[in-house]
Formats: sequence, C-alpha cells, structure tokens
Amino acid sequence: MTSTLLNEFTAHALHDMLIKGEISSLDIVQAVYRRIDEVEPEIRAFVTLTRDEALRQAMDADERIRRGEDVGPLTGIPVALKDNLCTRGIRTTCSSKILENFIPPYSATVVERLERCGAVIIGKTNLDEFAMGSSTENSGFFTTRNPWDLSRVPGGSSGGSAAAVAADETIVALGSDTGGSIRQPASYCGVVGLKPTYGTVSRYGLVAFASSLDQIGPLTKDVRDCAIVMNAIAGYDPCDSTSVDRQYPDYTTFLVPEVKGLRFGIPREYFGKGLDADVRSAIDNAIKTFEEMGAIPVEVSLPHSEYALATYYLVAPAEASSNLARYDGVKYGYRAQGQPDSVTMTRRTRREGFGAEVKRRIMLGTYALSSGYYDAYYLKALKVRTLLVRDFEAAFEKCDFILSPTSPTVAFKIGEKIDDPLSMYLTDIYTITANLVAVPGISIPCGFGRDEMPVGLQLLGKHFDEGTIIRAAYAFEQATGGAGIRPGLKGRRPESKCGDRGNDGNGGRGSVGGGTCYE
Amino acid sequence: MPITKQDVEHVAALARLELGEEEKESLTEQLGKILEYADKLKELDTEGVPPTAHPLPIKNVFREDRVRPSLPVEDALANAPEREGSFFKVPRIMETD
Repeated sequence: MTSTLLNEFTAHALHDMLIKGEISSLDIVQAVYRRIDEVEPEIRAFVTLTRDEALRQAMDADERIRRGEDVGPLTGIPVALKDNLCTRGIRTTCSSKILENFIPPYSATVVERLERCGAVIIGKTNLDEFAMGSSTENSGFFTTRNPWDLSRVPGGSSGGSAAAVAADETIVALGSDTGGSIRQPASYCGVVGLKPTYGTVSRYGLVAFASSLDQIGPLTKDVRDCAIVMNAIAGYDPCDSTSVDRQYPDYTTFLVPEVKGLRFGIPREYFGKGLDADVRSAIDNAIKTFEEMGAIPVEVSLPHSEYALATYYLVAPAEASSNLARYDGVKYGYRAQGQPDSVTMTRRTRREGFGAEVKRRIMLGTYALSSGYYDAYYLKALKVRTLLVRDFEAAFEKCDFILSPTSPTVAFKIGEKIDDPLSMYLTDIYTITANLVAVPGISIPCGFGRDEMPVGLQLLGKHFDEGTIIRAAYAFEQATGGAGIRPGLKGRRPESKCGDRGNDGNGGRGSVGGGTCYE
Repeated sequence: MPITKQDVEHVAALARLELGEEEKESLTEQLGKILEYADKLKELDTEGVPPTAHPLPIKNVFREDRVRPSLPVEDALANAPEREGSFFKVPRIMETD
C-alpha cells in the first residue's frame, strides 16, 4: 500500500495499521497535508492549518505507540476542528472578522479530550459566521465548496468540516449543530454526522450561538468512526453547567448489524410538500432496506412540525442576540478605532465586525426579546417548543427511532439562496426540531439524487439513546456499503481490513471532565 | 408590514448595532418577512402550556465555594484591543462637564 492513499482511510482502519507498526502517524499526517496541498485551493475547507504543531503531535503519538503506552483508537489520527472550538494558542475565528485575530487562552473540553487521546489536530475549518447559516456562504472569509461538485455549497454551518472529511483532507472532524449544522452538511457531502443528545458533549470552549440548542459532534467517513469519536468526546464536564452527569456507554458496542424487530417511525409530516422527488426516492429505498433487514415501519405523527421552523427562528436568534452581546470591542476581538466614546465604539465595532446574517439574527432576537414583543414572540415560541417536545414523546411511544430525510434537497448551487434567508432556513426543516427537543440525530449517506449528488438519511433517537441510532445506522451502512464512492477520487475507498472486527474496548476515553474551568 | 424602519432603528439601538441607511431598508423588509412567517405561531392555542427553555430536566448546578485557579491576568489581557497596565482601556464613558 502506498502512503499517498492513507488520507482516504477511516480512523479504525488506520489504527489497525498503526498498532501493527505498518505505518506511522507521521505518514498519515503527511498524507493528509499532501492532499490538502493538492485540493485545498479548490475546496477551501480550512481557515487555519496547524502543520508544524501537527507534525510534532504525530511524532509524539508515534512515540506513544512505539512504547505501547496509553494507545487508544484515536492516537495518531488526524482531526479537523470547526473554527468555533477554542484551541489554546491557535487562532479561533468563528469565520468572523470580529474574531479574526482571537487567540484563545484555553482549549475547549472536547479539544483537551482529543489531545489526551493522542489525536493530531491538523487545522480549523470554515463555517458560516458564528455557525449561523446552512452553506458556509455566510463565512466572513470565503465559501467552502462541495467536493462532489465545486459549484455547489457543502452545506452548513459545519461545511468546512464536512467538506474536509469528504475530500479526504482529514480522517475525522468535529462540528457543532444548533439547528442541523452537523447533519445537513454531512448529508450534502456524503459523510456521517451525529448531533448528540443535548448535555452529552461539553460545550465548554464552544463559542456560544444558541446555548439551549448547541451541541458538538463528529463528522466521519463511516459509522464506526462516529462511535469512536463519540467515545472520546462524550462525558460529564463540570465546566459546562448543562452537561448531564450520567453514565455514558461505550458507543462502539452498538456497532451490531442487526435491527430485526426494531420499530422505526416515519413521520408523515416530513414527507409532504417541499421534499424533492429525488431525495424522496432515495429515502423510500432506505425504508425498504430497513424492512428487508427485519425492522418494522410505523407511521407516526409530529403534528406541530409546521411550526418548528418559526419556533427555531425566534428561540435561536433570541439566545444569539444575548450571547453575541459580548463582542463589544473591549476585551478581545476587533475594535473600530478612533471613536469618540465607548458606546459609539461598540456600535461601530459591531457594524464593521459582523456580517449580514449575524446582524439579521441579532436584530431578530433583540426584537423578539424586547419589551412589548417578548410575550408575543419569544414566550410564545417557548410554549410551542413544549408542544414539539410532546410530539416527540408521543411518537417515541410507538417506535424506537424516527427515520426521515436529513434535508429536503441535495446540495444547492453557490449563490442560489443567499439573497433569500427564508428559503435558506427551509433547508433545515427536518433537522431543527431535534435541537429544540434535545434528541440525538445522525445523518448517513443513502445513495444519490439529482446530478449525482449525495442524499442523507436522518435517524432520530430518544434522549441519550444514541445507541439505537448508531446501531441502525451501522446496520444500514453494512447493508448498503455506505457512501462507497468518494468525490473527486478515482473510485472506491480502499477496503478496510477490520470492518467486522470486535470493538476495541474503551475507545480511549479519558477521565471525567475537562481541565481548569475559568470564571 | 409588521415592522417599520423606526422599529429597526429602536432595536438596533438596543442591540448596540450601528446600521447604514441601506441596511435599515433591507432589514426592515427581511425582518418583516421573517416575522410574518413567525406569526404562524399565533394560530396555535398555547393557553396553559408551560414554556420550555430547556427540554431536559437540568437543575441548578452548585459547587463548593473554594479558591481555584483563575485565568491569569496576562492571558486575559492578551487579546485586548487596547490596554493600560493590567486594565482594558476604552474610549471615554462619562460625559465631560
């Protein structure tokens, strides 16, 4: 095998080769950067590359493997991080001009956990500014392109992470999902993306967008890698007061290709108007596959679905307007110079530092929270949120997981929706409710639609039941071969030698908690 | 239109956001459309429905009142646009005279 292809493998395949001494982490990291040098001018997935530090981390990992000390499934494996995850000493921009030169004094808990596992951080990926958007077109720097078709968006807001995984510019990546920002780009780029149950992964060090909705999760080439990354990042963290203190499972134990007798709910509201025929047909095939595997389809209803988008676009901007009040030009970030007084300085700083979508959401959120409109908009939305929670509780009494498309369309063209915010928001119609009701959701490739663009299948689970959707996703992947074809590559991904290997135990899980949380 | 240019100016002042004339015009139109869409929620009777701020029953989290390391001053100031000694420096806040 030639080292030029190492970047195309999954983490678990590379891990096997690493512990057998067939390859080194340095080989993998060099292969990844070669690929980045080759395709990044066209894909533009990364805001920052951390080449020197990554090479050093790779050599450390190799030393760890040589000594056989503390080696886990992610030791020596390249990871790309969405650029809203704080990395100590490494610029963290949120793809915003207002944070263009921000160098965090601490790392996010997920970053510390990955580093403790010996993972190699190769760079920070592009996003819609402050994770507000569905295409990366709202990035304050540049638009990332979809590796399957460079004239299309990769989805968003974790578009850089999804594109980097799809283009084999990294092995795995982390994203964040507030209304679909992991799952929708995973769907558009033909990779696997998981949004965990709210409270499962610490948000400490994730630059806040909407605090009651944000969750960090993995973007990977297959379901096994998804479970492996979850093992590394899930867990209670005292630094995040919304982190849930409970026993988290070894997610690789759910990698069982067996769904016989599992009931999957098909919400009739998710298959109506607005769903493109090509996506619908791919999802219908997925339903057939699950039936053939012995799973039982159940029709369920989520009667308030048509109100979810409106609810989301009041709750999320309201929380965002509060969270983004901190960008005042005082403590860090951009400051407009030469202003006569502090208030004018802050107002001008925010005008010059924020992009159009961020301003729109700050305005919408401030309006929804302002005196006279609070009851009519924000409070009303929180009440409808309760109705959405009840919809899911009722549906989950009838089924073990819910199956739907991830997005109503395949990836759209760059520029197609940028001037029409509402039509952009509609691409998240099937994903946003999971955030409002805090349930986990995974998007996995399920074939191709129009113009040979990938289609994503979404599986939603009960609170803290990532296990069932990982199991169902794994079974589906085993039955269908997963994404199989890679974009821009000459054919299939190399066979993994360990697809049916037993699980590897404790997935490199570190001890509980992050490092020091500062107040 | 559920929102006027004056509303936009008022909200922008609350949000400490300076807007250009063109931005005011486009935001009036765009926010109007989004709020019209959001008015859909008014179709629903939510009488007696409690609001959900957090779907999971997360309670207040308390910790021991113990001295712990905090962010070192130099680290905290490292990203400051302007500083003086161990302080963040800002333009004038108080009116003079």
